[in-house]
Amino acid sequence: MAVIYDFALQGAQMLLVLLLAPLLTGFVRKVKARLLSRKGPPLLQPYRDLLRLMRKDVVLADNASWLFRVIPYLVFAATWVAASLVPTFRSGLMFSWTADLIAIIAVLGSARFFLALAGMDAGTSFGGIGSSREVMISSLAEPAMLMIVFVIALIAGSTQLSTMAAFMNSAEVGLRVSLGLALIALTIVAIAENARIPVDNPATHLELTMVHEAMVLEYSGRHLALIELAAALKLLLYVSLIACLFAPWGIAPAVVAPIPIFIGVAAYIGKLAVLGALLAVFETVIAKMRVFRVPEFLGAALMLALLATLLRFVSGSF
Amino acid sequence: MMVTVALFGVLTLVALAPIAIAILAVPLSGKPNATGFVYGACLIVTLILFLLALHVLLEHPAASTITLPLGLPWLGAHFRIDPLSAFFLVVVNLGSAAASLYALGYGRHEEAPQRVLPFFPVYLAAMNLVVLADDAFSFLLSWELMSLSSWALVIADHRRAENMRAGYVYLLMASFGTLTLLLSFGLMAGGDGAYAFDAIRASHPALGTAALVVILALIGAGSKAGLVPLHAWLPLAHPAAPSHVSALMSGVMTKVAVYGFIRIAFDLLGPPQWWWSLVVLALGGVTAVMGVLYALMQRDLKRVLAYSTIENIGLIFASLGLALAFKAYGMHVAAALALTAALLHVFNHSLFKSLLFFGAGSVLTSTGTRDMEKLGGLIHRMPQTAFVFLIGCTAIAALPPLNGFVSEWLSFQAILLSPQLPSWGLKLMVPAVGALLALSAALAAACFVRAFGIVFLGRPRSSKAGAALETDTNSLAAMYALAATCLIVGILPGIFIDALAPVTQMLTGARMPVQTGAEWMSIVPIAESRSSYNGLLVFVFMVITGMATAFAIHRFASDKIRRGPAWGCGYPDASPLTQYSASSFAQPIRRVFGSLVFRAREIGTMPPPGSRAPATLTVQLRDLIWDFAYAPVANAVASIAERLNYLQFLTIRSYLTLVFAALVILLTVLATWP
Repeated sequence: MAVIYDFALQGAQMLLVLLLAPLLTGFVRKVKARLLSRKGPPLLQPYRDLLRLMRKDVVLADNASWLFRVIPYLVFAATWVAASLVPTFRSGLMFSWTADLIAIIAVLGSARFFLALAGMDAGTSFGGIGSSREVMISSLAEPAMLMIVFVIALIAGSTQLSTMAAFMNSAEVGLRVSLGLALIALTIVAIAENARIPVDNPATHLELTMVHEAMVLEYSGRHLALIELAAALKLLLYVSLIACLFAPWGIAPAVVAPIPIFIGVAAYIGKLAVLGALLAVFETVIAKMRVFRVPEFLGAALMLALLATLLRFVSGSF
Repeated sequence: MMVTVALFGVLTLVALAPIAIAILAVPLSGKPNATGFVYGACLIVTLILFLLALHVLLEHPAASTITLPLGLPWLGAHFRIDPLSAFFLVVVNLGSAAASLYALGYGRHEEAPQRVLPFFPVYLAAMNLVVLADDAFSFLLSWELMSLSSWALVIADHRRAENMRAGYVYLLMASFGTLTLLLSFGLMAGGDGAYAFDAIRASHPALGTAALVVILALIGAGSKAGLVPLHAWLPLAHPAAPSHVSALMSGVMTKVAVYGFIRIAFDLLGPPQWWWSLVVLALGGVTAVMGVLYALMQRDLKRVLAYSTIENIGLIFASLGLALAFKAYGMHVAAALALTAALLHVFNHSLFKSLLFFGAGSVLTSTGTRDMEKLGGLIHRMPQTAFVFLIGCTAIAALPPLNGFVSEWLSFQAILLSPQLPSWGLKLMVPAVGALLALSAALAAACFVRAFGIVFLGRPRSSKAGAALETDTNSLAAMYALAATCLIVGILPGIFIDALAPVTQMLTGARMPVQTGAEWMSIVPIAESRSSYNGLLVFVFMVITGMATAFAIHRFASDKIRRGPAWGCGYPDASPLTQYSASSFAQPIRRVFGSLVFRAREIGTMPPPGSRAPATLTVQLRDLIWDFAYAPVANAVASIAERLNYLQFLTIRSYLTLVFAALVILLTVLATWP
């Protein structure tokens, strides 16, 4: 019985992240539009877009290979699996030990690796420019992310997200310099990883500074739908990660009881709304930066995270 | 017993060399197939040796030794198989067997088989002997045999000037490395000449001597393995050899060098000092990042792979450094974890680097070029090679669910244990090395996106690439076998970690917890609440969700496909020249890291208006290590040689005076010696 219950909860988590991801994207777009005094598309527009794209034919470039057709499924599967492993409304889910935070980051790395390959498959210069810039950005964002993981893992004594969340929710944490630095670094990394302003602009298609959109330019129909959905899931994953590590309040512990789970779901949706709104505000007030300013931006994250790690190594009290 | 069988195997390999020469020299009836005979025999012998070593590693019988009446008269030649040598024999012979299988197909395209066939089995035998040797004399002799036979293979294609230069640099560096190892063993053996490893283990050298030994061993083994700044020969020599030999040099011989270091630092010298690890960690971290940055700047496919070997060696040495640090402070379980990470990466790297070199060799045979700027679109012409090469790229980029990630993950878990180390130097060094390793992992992913994307994706950049043909079945079999092993180690790492337990038990006095009993075959280095990873489930989840999604979408939404020209924001010029090239792909990273590391400069010339001259863009990269470390030494040696050249043209009287003077000086020194 308990196994079935656990299994159902894990399934619920997978479905929840899949269903909420387009909503979060739509919500951020809506808030941004309202901040710019536009009416903005309806909240459910991303779902409609996805359904419409799914039903359309795929137009493949003449020399696209089998890899090009497999990659959308691969990227989507990897991102979905990663997103389902981050605690959202309840910690200690059935398969939460499958991958710790380092492995989750690496699974996302696999998704990016293949997406960058897809950009090069058609042999257009736009795809190449997108892929080469994407790997440049990731070559700084990934080490920064790993350093952030180190900081939190050293504080919590674990790289297991459920254990980390439980620790961050306990009274032992307190205010720490290293955690503050890690939060700033994590925010920068999350913005870069999700191709948000000021690193990249998710709303443009025709501008040379674009990175992610240039990479997926050749995709259409159901392939494009999967890639958009994977992007939405990735945004949700990073927001959930920040929520789970730095605002772990309300996450239900690993017990069998319905009330904490309802509280957990409500708290999770609330956190998504707050963080999504913050992202929209941030994107509205800041300007897009030149692509070669991005390394400085990400280098700052790397340095902050490294500083925080050094502080942890030097003394346990920071 | 075991060691006797192993030596018989090695002897068979050595005997293959004259047989190969005989077959090649004596034209028998019809067309003698020396290639098939030699590689087939090598395949069988190395497979037997592999199984033997595997048996020793898994069943761990007591160490088996033998002393042959060869070598130095008062010493004899000692050989021995213990868990450490058994593990490295597994690595050596698995790589050798794969290379022999590959060469059954690839070797047929060899232009001058007489320059490869006699040396190949000797090279395999020498690598086995280094690992088997149990005294300093046999070790150094085998080491030198390994260097010389591989040198002969490097210059197999001797008509190309760059290969001869590569061979020259390699020979110099190999001699230098052997010299430092010789000094290192000499210091360990002491004044009595106790060269047997047992005698060395029993004697405990003084602190200063031990330190000197470690530094010399690090230089000697490190120059063979490719530690920065001793790596300069590696990217020249590894690509110059035929591809199956490149695979062995990069995938296996560098591991034999790692074995040499482990044997000296962990086994022969006894308890380590903490600061040794500081040196090893720093060198490892720097090597990892420098190696991959160099790799990103290359346009020769095999050279990319050679530089990436340097990166992986850095990773291995960084883990070894951590293991030394933990061992020095008596944290045995942590030392076992770090050592397991290093050894597992040794095994993993031998798998995927051989696989990638085989793939590069197949590309070279069917297109005739290693220049990435002339390749492209090979996924259509060589679909199977592309598939296995992609698996190799994913594995080496440390991406789950393949094997490269597992060893990388274990290294990071070991780093996370290191705040408990008491020394301040290490407290500051370890996080910095952690950051360097993370950076190198991310850059490696970029490097292999570039390698695969430019060579196999897009459109062909030359007519030869457009007319390439799929490679032969033997080569494909070798590549598929290695790719499958990569996947198996990636999804069932617990079995392989457990197999390493006797080695860590022997060297650190502890082992990682038993993994095969863990739930769902996860790996749990310390405790499940602390960290765990399950490659099998990650793989299964990804496959199931991916396939279910594909099925659902095809069934319920749409499964139609239309073909059209590439969109590219307005149907651009279809010429393959409009694609991103290897150097343009590297441009963003060159701009971020290259200006500091390589003094990268882009010089563009724009002709004046009206002129029809083409505009040009030249990229200048400087190899600072070569310019500041190697060039001055080379220049100094050359200028001294120039001056001493004068001595060659003296009269007989001057020579006699010189000889007499030398005699007097020596006698004076002897007389006044305290």
